[in-house]
Formats: sequence, structure tokens, C-alpha cells
Amino acid sequence: MNVKLYALSTCGWCKKTKQMLDTNGVEYDLVYVDLLEGDEREAVLAEVRKWNPRTSFPTVVVNESESVAGFKEERLRELLGI
Amino acid sequence: MSALRTVSPQDAERAARRPEAWALYQRLKREGEAAGYYLNPDVDFVLDLMDGLLTNEERYGYRACPCRLADGVRGKDLDIICPCDYRDPDLDAYGACYCALYVSEEIAFGREAPQAIPERRGSEPRAAEEDHEAELVGWSKSGLPVWRCTVCGYLCARPQPPLKCPICKVDKDRFERFA
Repeated sequence: MNVKLYALSTCGWCKKTKQMLDTNGVEYDLVYVDLLEGDEREAVLAEVRKWNPRTSFPTVVVNESESVAGFKEERLRELLGI
Repeated sequence: MSALRTVSPQDAERAARRPEAWALYQRLKREGEAAGYYLNPDVDFVLDLMDGLLTNEERYGYRACPCRLADGVRGKDLDIICPCDYRDPDLDAYGACYCALYVSEEIAFGREAPQAIPERRGSEPRAAEEDHEAELVGWSKSGLPVWRCTVCGYLCARPQPPLKCPICKVDKDRFERFA
């Protein structure tokens, strides 16, 4: 399974999402968008926008096919099978 | 009544371990409660948000919302400087602000749990005042403009808005011309 977590390093709900993935042993790629600058940030924001036009955080993308905006615990558990 | 406040050993430990976050938490709690707002009762969650606010203050020079991506230009981030313009409508609709830093009385006293809520920013068109500015001029009988705090709605008639909102303490640039 390919899991991507787009997050902000300062955000409480992002931290809760990260903790949930960690606790359940889910492997994922993490991008802290607030730590990126310039073109790099724009490129990542364009990726996030594809899944979540509002570009809010956290955004979790699973297998490049499903996404969850915000810390929606049940929906995440369902998608990740945990 | 004793002036001494009892601090639990757990809070004393938090204050010692995270002094800056703790100090900001105490200040926002005191100011919030004086104006009728409650902070999330999950103190460790709130302290993480305090760290986020302090980080943003250091990065940008103002305490941008820790749960939103700030631009870094104050003029573009005005609506998301904490407390943000969306706090009160979100408290009304969901019992919590976007970060769940500010919560309803039900959540503050543990009768309900905070939930992640949808992003309100960008979902509403900007206030129509800008389009109708000409019509609004001269509404105030005294001839003074009326200024509205975009965070809490406080209104005052005076040549300029106050430096800080006396109700919710946000800065002068969070006021808009109301009439």
C-alpha cells in the first residue's frame, strides 16, 4: 500500500493523523508543506490540489486512488484496513 | 478567598518542560475566558498548538493559524491570524474552531468531544461592503465611521479603529469599515 501524508509541522490534527498511522504500523511518505519554499511548495500544492481542491491539511492519499481531507479517523481506518 | 491557585503536579511538570508554550496557553486562556471563550480541555493538544503559534510568530512575525498554510505576507494572512475570522462562525456551527483550540462550553467541560471540521476559509465570498462602500458612507449620524472587528463583531464609531480590539484583543488591521 502506498500512503502519502501531506501535513503542516505546526498542526494539531496533522499530528493526530501521524500518531494514528504510527501506532498502527502504517508506512507512509510524509511531506511537511509549511517547511517547503518557492517552486517546491508550489509543486506539492499542485499535487494536493488534485485530491483536495481546498488544499487543507492533513490530506492523506492512499494508492494514488483515494484521499481523505482532515483527521477523519473512521474513514482512514476503513481505507487503510486498520 | 485565598489568592493561591492550586497547580496540579502534572501542570507544574508541563509548565517546567514547555515554559513558552505554557505561558502563551495561560495568557490565551485568561483573555479568552474574560471575553467568554473557552480553550480545548486537552492541555497537551493545546500546548502543541501553542508551539505551532510560537513557531509561526517566529517565522512570519505574527501568530498565523497553525492548522492552515500561511503565505507569509501579513496582508494575505490577516483572516487566519489567531484568533481567525472563522473562529466564531465555526464555534457556532461545530462547537470548535478549525484547530479545535477554541471550543464550546459543552466541549470545554467534557460533555462533548471535539471533531475535525471542514475548512470554512475560501467557501464564502468576501463581505459585500467593498462593493457598496459608496452607499455606506455617511451612515453614521455623528459623521464618524463605524469600524467592525472581523473576528468578534465588536463595533465602534471613531476616526480610526482601536489598536487592539477591546473585546477579543486582535490587532487594528483586523477591523473593517462597517458604515
